[in-house]
Amino acid sequence: MSLYYLQKALYQLNRDPALRRRFEEDAVAVLASYELTGEEREAIRKPDVGLLYVLGVNGQILMHYAAYRGFEWNAYLEAMREGVLRHGPVRAGIYALVEE
Amino acid sequence: MPLVFAGVCSHAPGVTARAERADPAQRDRFLAAMERLRIAIEAARPDALVVVAAEHFANFFMNNMPAFAIGMAEHYEGPIEDEKWLRIERRRVPGNRALSERLIARVMHEVDVAYAEEWLFDHGIMVPLHFLTPRYDLPVIPANINCQGPPLTPLHRAYAFGRALRHACDEVPERIALIGTGGISHWPATPNSGKINQAWDREFLDRWTANRRDALVSYTDAETYRDGGQGGFEIRTFIAVAGACEGSTGEIWCYEPIPIFAVGCTVGVMRVVASR
Repeated sequence: MSLYYLQKALYQLNRDPALRRRFEEDAVAVLASYELTGEEREAIRKPDVGLLYVLGVNGQILMHYAAYRGFEWNAYLEAMREGVLRHGPVRAGIYALVEE
Repeated sequence: MPLVFAGVCSHAPGVTARAERADPAQRDRFLAAMERLRIAIEAARPDALVVVAAEHFANFFMNNMPAFAIGMAEHYEGPIEDEKWLRIERRRVPGNRALSERLIARVMHEVDVAYAEEWLFDHGIMVPLHFLTPRYDLPVIPANINCQGPPLTPLHRAYAFGRALRHACDEVPERIALIGTGGISHWPATPNSGKINQAWDREFLDRWTANRRDALVSYTDAETYRDGGQGGFEIRTFIAVAGACEGSTGEIWCYEPIPIFAVGCTVGVMRVVASR
């Protein structure tokens, strides 16, 4: 479990255009410098927005990352919903899905 | 100079990013209120605009999260978000380093703040500036309250921070306008985005306009999370503006719950009277 580093990688990608360029050239190399599980690395690289959401990434970090990776608004909301269907409830953090 | 203006507004990214998807009448009422706010700020002839924001991981992360921070740079840059997504072009925004330094030094007599000589703006500041200083010709001094990474800044400290900011603004020769920007209830960046608790919002705004300090700072984080969502934690920015105007009362110019903007879109002002 390395939610802290998972969020750190996304936070740095969101705010640093130079890091983004390196990531676009060689994602595996960039992600190797963070303490991440294989599942977390893969979720960033693909990206699997639904899994990132369920793993507990802060919604604001994930919203910016999804925008960077080209998710249109509805597709982004849908990816989070699908993540919960596939992987179960959000496991950590303050951005869990609530029952309406 | 005494503080020349104090107000609050929403900063939801949807306001620019998904503008055409809102009910046009509601959107137009909100944008008209933002325009009224811009005109009121300009009429106060400020030398600088202090923006008390609730940033979303543009600068501060859980490796070193300040409860309060104030920018101390000659210029800033934003938005960090994808420009096409937010529909605001990335640009440089003027600051005023010397003025920041004097304000920070004074605030620190009452509240411990981190200062930052680099600061990137996210939608939380860029969306308000897009409407309030569209020519980007007014120096901006950003301030931040931790509303994102628990443990969060306590509400009574947010009020005290506003009070300290007010004392600082009153003591410098420059004319300062103050804007707090955040949401009331909302569940942003979750599949619940669009959920708005209007009753909770209206109760909060009643407390804010009356500037009832004890009522404003009485919410526990658990209550806010339950009734106002994680976005509700941003009431700290409104509470800081109330603290800056302690002894005075305010007025709401707009409250429009717009689901596609994910929040009750709000514009309010506090009357600025001599501080106590």
